[in-house]
Amino acid sequence: MQPENSIPKHPSPDGQDLTLPPGSPLQQEAARRTRRSFIVGGLAALGGVLGWRYLLQRPDADGTPKPFRRVLDANGRLSSAYFKETRLAREFPRSQAVKKVRTNGSAGLESEIDLEAWRMVVQPYGGGKAQEFTLADIKALPRVEMNTELKCIEGWSILVNWAGARFADFLAKYPLASRSGQPIKDIANPPTDLAPYVSVVTPDEEYYVGLDIHSAIHPQTLLCYEINGEPLSIAHGAPLRLVTPLKYGIKHLKRIGTISFADERTADYWAEQGYDWDSGH
Amino acid sequence: MKQLVEKHPLAIRWFHWLNFPVLALMIWSGLWIYWANDVYRLGWGNTTLFKFFPQSFYQAFHLDHKLAQGMSWHFLLMWAFFLNGLLYVLYTFFSGEWRYLLPNRDSFREAGQVILHDLGLRKTAPLVRKYNGAQRIAYTAVILMGLGSLLTGLAIYKPVQFGWLTRLLGGYEAARVEHFVLTIGYVLFFVVHVAQVVRAGWNNFRSMVAGFEVAEVPMNEVKK
Repeated sequence: MQPENSIPKHPSPDGQDLTLPPGSPLQQEAARRTRRSFIVGGLAALGGVLGWRYLLQRPDADGTPKPFRRVLDANGRLSSAYFKETRLAREFPRSQAVKKVRTNGSAGLESEIDLEAWRMVVQPYGGGKAQEFTLADIKALPRVEMNTELKCIEGWSILVNWAGARFADFLAKYPLASRSGQPIKDIANPPTDLAPYVSVVTPDEEYYVGLDIHSAIHPQTLLCYEINGEPLSIAHGAPLRLVTPLKYGIKHLKRIGTISFADERTADYWAEQGYDWDSGH
Repeated sequence: MKQLVEKHPLAIRWFHWLNFPVLALMIWSGLWIYWANDVYRLGWGNTTLFKFFPQSFYQAFHLDHKLAQGMSWHFLLMWAFFLNGLLYVLYTFFSGEWRYLLPNRDSFREAGQVILHDLGLRKTAPLVRKYNGAQRIAYTAVILMGLGSLLTGLAIYKPVQFGWLTRLLGGYEAARVEHFVLTIGYVLFFVVHVAQVVRAGWNNFRSMVAGFEVAEVPMNEVKK
């Protein structure tokens, strides 16, 4: 430890004449040290600029240079490692939920839809025939209502009253996410052969999101069919949409068409355009 | 007698100059992110004194439509900002440099004198060791701001996993405002800092690059 008084109290050198006698040893030493430091500093700055430009010019990986994608993915792995199913997004009193819920984006909703004929198609992880579910099948599961923040990746957020069935409850009743066909009985201890990734796609396949299984079976991840107690409007993703306060709004896919499971990260609409695949909270 | 006096240790010079481009790029990428929801302003009711930011500002610097790029830069550089800041704090702690940097009981009075002097309202500047009271307060405050940016940033980056932090900071929306206000704080710090460096002159500036300062040392303290 340096003693506090190693630099004595002195008046501010403002306005003092501090020029060293030209040619004196002191002046030469000052000039030499100054020169050396500025050269090292200049080279470091140049190296920094070139290094940064090199990173930016690396081959593109889904809309962002590869090194940046690697870091996004590493950040995602780090937050997945820290993630716990028991950590819940904050819930608010229903009175604070907005009456008119903002819509943002209509990718995947442009095609016609016959709500009567609509079915949710689920491709079992273990292989085999795809299964179809009606809205009544989903509504037969325990109804969960929650008032949580919808956080848009753009930076705004709104408090929304959602209702629907837990995706975990769906998988408990229809054990389609594990290879052995075991149901999820306890979210904290799911079957060991559970699929690591989930894909959710709109019926027209125009919009698609990928989720890690831990976020998908989180107790606040819903197959949502109501906002403010009313069935979803077309703009909000009728008849069934994904809601997960564990992720940005971009993962809240509207109008679910097909759900499938995979060993690798599944395709994601916005992750292909430079955004973080995980986009988790 | 004039001498070369060692002022800034090499480590502190590196931390300082590394932080400059890293923080600048954090602010720049932050602007790309902020643009996507640029709702902050100074004003009340329907009166807006200043909007953050006028359209012309975004256009002049091509800050628009770069949200994805902004996030990917921000979430890479955050590591550099964090590690550099952490190493700086550890260094100042273990080297004892903190003794020059932390405000003490004289600092606030001294800071007042410095301000009066700098505004031309007081003839003499107070005697200082390495940093005057105003500097001690400013350099400590900016480190606390760095910690603040880290925490408010974490609160909006992972508001569920760090829900306790987000709540502590007043919620998700509040944490975003705080993160933004801190950034404005850096810009104001930068303006004053650069103005003071210009005013203090070459000898002082050089010490942050080369480490030494030319100083008039009383004969009885001259080191051989």
